[in-house]
Amino acid sequence: MIVDAIKNGIVIDHITAGHAMELYSILELDKLDCTVAVLINVPSKKKGKKDIIKVDTLLDVDFDVLGYVDPNITVSIIKDSKVEKKLEMKLPSTVTNVIKCKNPRCITSTEQELDHIFKLTNAEKKIYRCVYCESKAK
Amino acid sequence: MRSLIDIKDLSIEEIDELIVKANDIIENPKKYVHACDGLKLATLFFEPSTRTRLSFEAAMYELGGNVLGFSEAQSSSAAKGESVSDTVKTVSCYADIIAMRHPKEGAPLVASRKASVPIINAGDGGHNHPTQTLTDLLTIHREKGRFNNLTIGFCGDLKFGRTVHSLIEAMSRYQNIKVVLISPVELKLPSYIKHDVLRAHNIEYVQTTNLEDVMPTLDILYMTRVQRERFFNEDDYVRLKDSYILTPEKLVNAKEDLCIMHPLPRVNEISTEIDSDSRACYFKQVLNGKFIRMALILKLLGVE
Ligand SMILES: [Zn+2]
Repeated sequence: MIVDAIKNGIVIDHITAGHAMELYSILELDKLDCTVAVLINVPSKKKGKKDIIKVDTLLDVDFDVLGYVDPNITVSIIKDSKVEKKLEMKLPSTVTNVIKCKNPRCITSTEQELDHIFKLTNAEKKIYRCVYCESKAK
Repeated sequence: MRSLIDIKDLSIEEIDELIVKANDIIENPKKYVHACDGLKLATLFFEPSTRTRLSFEAAMYELGGNVLGFSEAQSSSAAKGESVSDTVKTVSCYADIIAMRHPKEGAPLVASRKASVPIINAGDGGHNHPTQTLTDLLTIHREKGRFNNLTIGFCGDLKFGRTVHSLIEAMSRYQNIKVVLISPVELKLPSYIKHDVLRAHNIEYVQTTNLEDVMPTLDILYMTRVQRERFFNEDDYVRLKDSYILTPEKLVNAKEDLCIMHPLPRVNEISTEIDSDSRACYFKQVLNGKFIRMALILKLLGVE
């Protein structure tokens, strides 16, 4: 299967197979006007299968969100049909408004305007906790 | 500008500083009667807790300062739906420091991010209550003269008791601490605390359902309430509650210098016969609570 090469845009690669659509909705790619290609179950040497998303514009993505969803992801920034930069994602130390705190006793449950902020408290086990009530992200 | 939201915000050195300051206040009360002249503490209690509020207010008055505030949400603007942020921004205009109690977890943290004066968390739901932990630490230090080399027994409701969780966390930072967990199976210490705190700090601990068996080993016995509503059925409650009531008979094999603590209020988990025992420290704890709050107010206000 061939998808046209991008002139200016980004390639989100090495997405764990099956996670592309989740990223698609988190990054709100449905709101873009440009071409977006979502490739699912692409054969991969390392992982057997992977997903790839190609966006035909220099989209300003939140790398923390990508790292949170899948720290194995790489992002290539393409300019004039050349890879200008290749970035490795990592688990972010905090994420804002990506996870919602579900603890009914948490202050975020009554004060709607508060950002939902989660902090990485255990990188090994990928445990994030709400900064307000310390509940674990589910 | 610093606030105190979580006991973990304080380093061991800062806790030591507060203990030294509290001891100095106890020994030289005259030195501090004008320390906070012209300064105001606001006690914002979105849920009632007379005990904690009185302790903060007494602390500020003894430093020569003044107090304003409210003691329940109904009498505050929160009843009209005002956000915590707006309330503390307003109160910051009137007060130099705020002690805040709130039923929602994390509310004091929200306040500390918006207020222009220091915030002291006076309890946020079942989450944090750092001045209770400081009170416990001052009591341990005054009774034992040290934080290292202690065997501490926690008895009663170890599942829901936040004072127990925080004190275990605070004590786990010291050397050669042994922890004895005494509770009915239904109210055992949550496994994440055993894992994240006790095992993570290599703290030796024992878990038992029998208080008398472990009594001789204890330097400190921290009693908590076993509440009826924690049990699924009345039979279990009736069967178990007496095992966790401290009576003179259970103290027969205790150390001479055991220190018996309780965060109060007590219902019946410590027999009143023990009140006159020199090892009973729970009323001293109340007094220590005021002194450590005085030390904390001075520290956060930057008053020497
Ligand atoms: Zn929360």
